[in-house]
Amino acid sequence: MVRSVISGNSASAYGAKIARAEVIAAYPITPQTSIIEKIANFVANGEFKTEFVKVESEHSAMAACVAASLTGARTYTASSSHGLLLMHEMLIWASGARTPVVMSNVNRANGPPWSVWADQHDTMAQRDTGWMQIYCESNQEVLDSILMQYKVGESPDIMIPSMIIEDAFILSHTVEPVDIPDQDAVDDFLPPFAPEKKLDPDDPHGFGSLVMPEWYMEFRYKIAESMDLARDRIREVEKDFEKRFGRSYGGLMDFYEVEDADAVLMIGGSVASTAKEVIDKMRKEGKKVGLARVRYFRPFPVDEVRWLAKKVNRIGVVDRSYCFGHGGPIAAEVYGALLPTGDRPIVKNFIAGLGGKDITPEVLERLFNKMLVTNESGTEKEIEWVDVKGHSLGVE
Amino acid sequence: MMAKLTIPEEELMYPGHVGCLGCGATLAMRYTLKALGQRTIISVPACCWAVMPGVFPLTCLKIPMLYTAFETTGASISGIRAALDAKGIDDITVVGWAGDGGTADIGIQALSGAVERGTDVMYIMYDNEAYMNTGVQRSSATPIGAWTTTTPVGTTKDWKKMPKKDMVEIMVAHKIPYTATMSISHPEDMIKKLQKAQKIKGPKFIHIYAPCPTGWRMAPDKTVEIAKMAVDSGAFPLYEVEDGIYTITRKPKELKPVMPYLAMQGRFRHLPQEELDGIQLGIQKRWKRLLKLEEFTRDLEGE
Ligand SMILES: Cc1ncc(C[n+]2csc(CCOP(=O)(O)OP(=O)(O)O)c2C)c(N)n1
Ligand code: SF4
Ligand SMILES: [Mg+2]
Repeated sequence: MVRSVISGNSASAYGAKIARAEVIAAYPITPQTSIIEKIANFVANGEFKTEFVKVESEHSAMAACVAASLTGARTYTASSSHGLLLMHEMLIWASGARTPVVMSNVNRANGPPWSVWADQHDTMAQRDTGWMQIYCESNQEVLDSILMQYKVGESPDIMIPSMIIEDAFILSHTVEPVDIPDQDAVDDFLPPFAPEKKLDPDDPHGFGSLVMPEWYMEFRYKIAESMDLARDRIREVEKDFEKRFGRSYGGLMDFYEVEDADAVLMIGGSVASTAKEVIDKMRKEGKKVGLARVRYFRPFPVDEVRWLAKKVNRIGVVDRSYCFGHGGPIAAEVYGALLPTGDRPIVKNFIAGLGGKDITPEVLERLFNKMLVTNESGTEKEIEWVDVKGHSLGVE
Repeated sequence: MMAKLTIPEEELMYPGHVGCLGCGATLAMRYTLKALGQRTIISVPACCWAVMPGVFPLTCLKIPMLYTAFETTGASISGIRAALDAKGIDDITVVGWAGDGGTADIGIQALSGAVERGTDVMYIMYDNEAYMNTGVQRSSATPIGAWTTTTPVGTTKDWKKMPKKDMVEIMVAHKIPYTATMSISHPEDMIKKLQKAQKIKGPKFIHIYAPCPTGWRMAPDKTVEIAKMAVDSGAFPLYEVEDGIYTITRKPKELKPVMPYLAMQGRFRHLPQEELDGIQLGIQKRWKRLLKLEEFTRDLEGE
């Protein structure tokens, strides 16, 4: 094991390297660029034996990854924002073709207006593509999640691609100490990719042909089943990973000080770190607050949310993106998960931090305090945009 | 004495495809697979050929086939090649097989990228001169003057107004090692060129002329005949370009007039005489240019 002080992007590149990705196809975009530059350097210096296809677009990057994966190679790519949006068609292709591609995505706002800063709209807009989505809190989690998701995704009964997500600049370009596991230990944890079927002249098959209505739904159902099965697999793989490497991240939803909490914020991404500090401070002042960190958005941690709703009466969901028309995407999932149960905590939706607007400790403290005193469970102020200039609903 | 068979006997395409009666693209595939043999992987985007192998779980092809998205053929074969390279497999021919729309229009970016990167693949465009799978809409490879459902002539002479996009020239401009045209009317020529291309490392671009009776509004028993007329009239000349050197592989002493070729197809029926004359003139000019190119580039040989 080597302990290095590296950025989230560097951690991504090391993740791909020690996972022994055999084919990488990628296209540059801020703030992802340093991932593929690092990989190019690994390759140029003979430190990483991989086929790095320097494609002419992100759409081609994903098309090449899908084809390489179907030819039996472990594949990796990285993108962000507009690059991810351009891939949309091929993201759906990747899950439909059951290719366990792993991609790092740096969460960045979509234009216009142009913005290169943190925002979850790019990945949230891919909710329905059939990819697992992991929102990371630290650079170590970025690296470890790549290793774990290859193992989860490549299980014969899963075969689903994964997006490992890091916040623009806050993780992508900020250095932290990261343990880079030894290659032997990684090889032992993650055996080579060996799909049951691949493009092979000795065993010729068609992959993705026309199906009539009598069969299409069956293909979709199999993906749905695998995605559901993935919840347990994620937990198992993380346990195994923890045994070997001594680190774990809380499965699908990472809880902090929720057992006796009067109010909990639910957040995905690196803001969770800030929230944990705010919680420590507020707890010293006697305020019982806690955090539910959304690690996986897909598959969604339905059981975890339901468990939480039994414990706490006030949940503030902080969405760093918005679905125009109604509400933030995480909040929508939470409402949806709770509806069939009898538990009815007060759930509020805060829209905050779009386009890199800082979510500071002060902002989070305000949100916690607001949640602690709120008794509204109706539709009034159900969705609040936090600190928007000229907006009357800013949190007081 | 028996004549020597130059077309391999092995069949890698079974009967039972679901293409139309008289489809030229089926012959194109059948001869291509005969030429390339069983150690071939093919990637096919949306196009008639994405349907023609048959409906799940059936296929009429005896080689592995990846169905890919409409605009991705160049990227898809890049991925297959990269995976084979990663595994040290070098005895498999990787083929991208796309229509003229998937090549000259929506897929041109991925194709340009793939060949510019020097990818060791064979990209084959089977050309039926329109978007046939979606019901005969114009592509940039539709010839000037043609009727399609999106150039429907109407009362305003709204036929295809611009000439056919020249994919071979675009590929030659990429400085790839091998580019060739071929026609389903000349299978021996097809086999020869395909087998030559197969031995060349790097990107190869093949343009196959594949008449479509359905879209061209002609009798389905005239497919081979019309393809031959296209070659003989110079409407579709057969040539190859190796490292920039042009060789015309079928050179009639004199081109046949194009009029009988046009007259056999409903898609040109609306054209007034001056347009037909214009098409004839265009073909002659292009042929002359090709002869000059051959003469001019021959001097480059060995350089
Ligand atoms: C992104 C996208 N746009 C449009 C289509 C619809 N579409 C499918 S095949 C096709 C035309 C194909 O034309 P061509 O490549 O010439 O092949 P042909 O059908 O003529 O053999 C179109 C427009 C699609 N599948 N994907
Ligand atoms: S529409 Fe044309 S190209 Fe397509 S299957 Fe029919 S004849 Fe062949
Ligand atoms: Mg066509």
